[in-house]
Amino acid sequence: MILVWLMVILFAGGIGAWLAESRGAEHPRAVALAAILLDLFLVILMLVAPDTLGLGTADTVAQLGQQGEWLVLLQADWIPRFGVSFIFGADGLGLMLIALTVFLGLVSLGAAWGEIHERSGFFYFNLLWTLAGVIGVFTALDLFLFFFFWEVMLIPMYFIIAIWGHENKEYAAMKFFIFTQVSGLLMLLSILVLVYFHYDSTQQMTFSYFELLGTQLPDNISMWVMLGFFIAFATKLPAVPVHNWLPDAHSQAPTAGSVILAGILLKTGAYGLLRFTVPLFPAESVVFGPYAMTLGVISILYTAKVAFAQTDLKRLIAYTSVSHMGFVLLGIYAWNAQAVQGAVMTMLAHGFSAAALFMLAGGLQHRIHTRDMDKMGGLWGVAPQMAFMAMFFTVAAVGMPGLGNFVGEFLVLLGSFQVSHTITAFAALGLVVAAVYSLIVIQKVFFGKNVNNLKMADLSGMEFLCLALMMIGLIWMGMYPQTMLDMAQPTLQSLNIAFPG
Amino acid sequence: MLDLLWLVPTIPLIGSLILIFTQGKLPEVPAGIVGAGSIGLAFGVALLAGIDFLQSDLPFFSQTLWTWMSVGNFNAGFTLYLDGLSLVMMFIITGIGFLIHVYATGYMHDDPGFARFFSYMNLFVSAMLILVLGDNLLLLFMGWEGVGLCSYLLIGFWYTDSYNGYCARKAFVVTRVGDASMALGLFLLFQNVGTLNIQESMQIAQGQWPAGGSNIATAITLLLLGGAVGKSAQLPLQTWLPDAMAGPTPISALIHAATMVTAGVYLIARTHVLYLLAPEVQYLVGVIGAITLLMAGFTALVQSDIKKVLAFSTMSQIGYMFLALGVGAWSSAIFHLMTHAFFKALLFLTAGSIILGMHHEQNIFKMGGLRKDLPWSHALFLIGTLGLVAFPGFSGFFSKEEILATAMSNHEGGYILYLAGLAGAVMTYLYSFRLYFLVFYGKKTHDGHEVMGLNLQGPLVLLAVLSVVGGFIAIPVHEVFPEVEEHHPSILAQAVMILLPMFGAVVAWWVFIKGGIDTDKLTASGIGKALHRFWFTQWGMDWLYDKVIVAPYVGLARLNRNDVIDSIYNGTARLALVLHGLVSDTQTGQLRWYALTMISGVLLLVSIGVLL
Repeated sequence: MILVWLMVILFAGGIGAWLAESRGAEHPRAVALAAILLDLFLVILMLVAPDTLGLGTADTVAQLGQQGEWLVLLQADWIPRFGVSFIFGADGLGLMLIALTVFLGLVSLGAAWGEIHERSGFFYFNLLWTLAGVIGVFTALDLFLFFFFWEVMLIPMYFIIAIWGHENKEYAAMKFFIFTQVSGLLMLLSILVLVYFHYDSTQQMTFSYFELLGTQLPDNISMWVMLGFFIAFATKLPAVPVHNWLPDAHSQAPTAGSVILAGILLKTGAYGLLRFTVPLFPAESVVFGPYAMTLGVISILYTAKVAFAQTDLKRLIAYTSVSHMGFVLLGIYAWNAQAVQGAVMTMLAHGFSAAALFMLAGGLQHRIHTRDMDKMGGLWGVAPQMAFMAMFFTVAAVGMPGLGNFVGEFLVLLGSFQVSHTITAFAALGLVVAAVYSLIVIQKVFFGKNVNNLKMADLSGMEFLCLALMMIGLIWMGMYPQTMLDMAQPTLQSLNIAFPG
Repeated sequence: MLDLLWLVPTIPLIGSLILIFTQGKLPEVPAGIVGAGSIGLAFGVALLAGIDFLQSDLPFFSQTLWTWMSVGNFNAGFTLYLDGLSLVMMFIITGIGFLIHVYATGYMHDDPGFARFFSYMNLFVSAMLILVLGDNLLLLFMGWEGVGLCSYLLIGFWYTDSYNGYCARKAFVVTRVGDASMALGLFLLFQNVGTLNIQESMQIAQGQWPAGGSNIATAITLLLLGGAVGKSAQLPLQTWLPDAMAGPTPISALIHAATMVTAGVYLIARTHVLYLLAPEVQYLVGVIGAITLLMAGFTALVQSDIKKVLAFSTMSQIGYMFLALGVGAWSSAIFHLMTHAFFKALLFLTAGSIILGMHHEQNIFKMGGLRKDLPWSHALFLIGTLGLVAFPGFSGFFSKEEILATAMSNHEGGYILYLAGLAGAVMTYLYSFRLYFLVFYGKKTHDGHEVMGLNLQGPLVLLAVLSVVGGFIAIPVHEVFPEVEEHHPSILAQAVMILLPMFGAVVAWWVFIKGGIDTDKLTASGIGKALHRFWFTQWGMDWLYDKVIVAPYVGLARLNRNDVIDSIYNGTARLALVLHGLVSDTQTGQLRWYALTMISGVLLLVSIGVLL
């Protein structure tokens, strides 16, 4: 039940925040903070004291006979006539992603704290509902339920961009909506075909993930059905050439929106590939693997180059996100122990580093009212704390050993090298081009002379706290990644990834 | 005491963290005490552990701190590994590092970024120690990237000048090209031997790969060599080093002369078993060294910035180390690495004193006749120069003679390398004494004054002592490297090796003191001008990289700033709008128009039906 509670708290908190606005503009954020902190408490309890909650025991992993890697699993009927049921579950991977979601939820709240004053009730409603939707996505194990949450997280996010965004918000929000919606429909179609053929062979109507695993599809359509899933998740990831919603959405969204988009929403795409696309279509994925890995490398290199040419700070960081998620795509389709562990580490580490960079970029825009880097310069002397943080997270994103992103990218490359030397050699060029686009940011924003004589406040206490926490997280991931690797391993093993040695 | 080994890289790290988190609020004196003191403390611990190690007769000592990552069959630990080679490196890094830190407390006096400077310096020392103490290539790579980052931060230390930022980025990106190659080398090594532990992988490789060379050994060593030439500023990735001189001078001494740039030499020496299994690549290392040492020598000859002359001479001396590696003179390479650290640190720091004394003037043509104004600097610079040119009795003499002697007796193409080394020795005398004469002799044009202070002169004197007697230090690496038979060249050969290079000094004297050749006229003439330009621009390689790689990349990126893929989607949207417009135009609201279209539609359908 704890998984349901996590979502219920957020759904209820969202409604509470909306209602609280009538008592004053400052009330909604307090309600939202309370809800997220309560969730965070539960998540920390799940992480550090799983025994007190009985995680992983027969009680929590009821029915279904799916013990082993699952920490918690529950099932209840929803629409029995169509075989649709509530199946929620969390294993090590899911739990880590939930923790990431709740933690970055707190960070996004910190980013919104001093920035959102207009219609704040509705804003925090959307924020919490997005988070709840994402937790649903990370826990739903019924494909219909999964699709439901996939939509739930989309709509509030659309409002966040469309209402509280910047100068070109309607365009960006609509683009985000259309990309996600069209690709989501392809996935829905694929789900229905999958369920139909499962029904055809077993005479049993079900949307359960466990039942649908291993479904045999006719040869002539299986690839198409797989592609329906792949396109939906690749759009969310995103991968070239379906990445174009992201730069607009990111640069137009308010800071909190960018933090959630980059930190969490992109990971739902990676999670979908890992949990659904490859396990449901193992044979097709083997055939498709080289193409997906190539797409990953193209994403890494192409968007790194586009990023380099940007002058809009948030747009630049947005493109670098696509570049980093290219490593995730590469790792998932290399499908061996090191590569997939690397992909998971990259998901987590990028969640922190990108969220932090967007928070800094948003903070800058809020202070000096521009995202144009050509108008900045010399800000190191003006806001040294902010400059230090920006340097830290940039260095993390470049893949400095000792920080989380390196562990992820190194393992991805190590694993994918065993699959394809050529593809990995190109991907390794990503290490070089990442340095090219990252250092230009530091140069344009913080180095050089402060020609426009910009003045601004350094980091607020709230911002500093959020950033410092993410910093500690990245150092932990970089110096002792075993914590995360050990948590993810049972999940990955259950997905039939061989762990030699 | 050996168990304290982990403290050696940890203490500088703590020093760095203290300085970072006090946010520059620490006044100069305590910041200097933390900054230099942490390195001094690390040196003390290193001495204790090192002496303990030398007395213990252990072949090596290893200390596992924790498991870094373990995924499937891949394992890498935070494990430190101390043997003779790491020991020498550890002493150089902490010892020379400490002297340079003390000097820097004087050099950086009154700089607003004083504490920030020392936080980066301490971080650098910590990373460099991890590089040389790591027992696996991944940990080595962590140090490798860490020193690269600190190098970037320190070259761009004076950040308000965009030029410094450009130099810092260039250094980082160019070495990153090498790093990417090195990373691929690690992947290939892991794929073939199943571990990145240095000793284990060398053992397995020795057992599995054929002795005469194999494709796999060639590929791996070539990829690792890519990393080494990037970090050590050898051809073809040497272009960043001269620009790195934009950083404060103590940085040039510590990072870009004594320690980081020699990391490539360390890497190859550390993995020498792999190179022995790939003889062609090993020879290539020597060839790269030989070409680089000559090229850098010529380029040093035409520079006008005192620090750039020293930068090219560093490049050239590392070329000697590569040459030594190429002919299997492993311990000589490390020996030269050490003596070079002594005299080059001395030269750079003394150059720093001269620059301070000349009010931040670095152009040697605006110096001249300074031996009276700067007596201290003059004496110290002369000692450093004698070390650099390998004057008999000075430290550089012993190491360079070893290298040349081994090269001469090497039968597999070593003789050509020997000749290159000898020619390089002539060049070294020539450019070193050109520099020395131009700065301290000739007509005085500007006044200078000696900047005095115990923290400035103290380290310089110690370095000068080391530059003189450093050649008598016996480095404990005989158990690390395979036995190399001793070579004793004939008296005649020795005389040639010692006396011939001195000819370079004579030429320098004749040209720059005696005025035997008018250099202005020479560089003004057609060939002279072209040659000067060719040498000055490092044989045009910067220009070439700019035209072939940088400019196209930047150009294409600018061209595609708006992401051409986006136009597909915006095009689709526009098409939909146009079609929508066309269709909505038919919605005129006029009944007769609807009636007309209905009738024509029916007629069309009927006629199709009839026709079919």
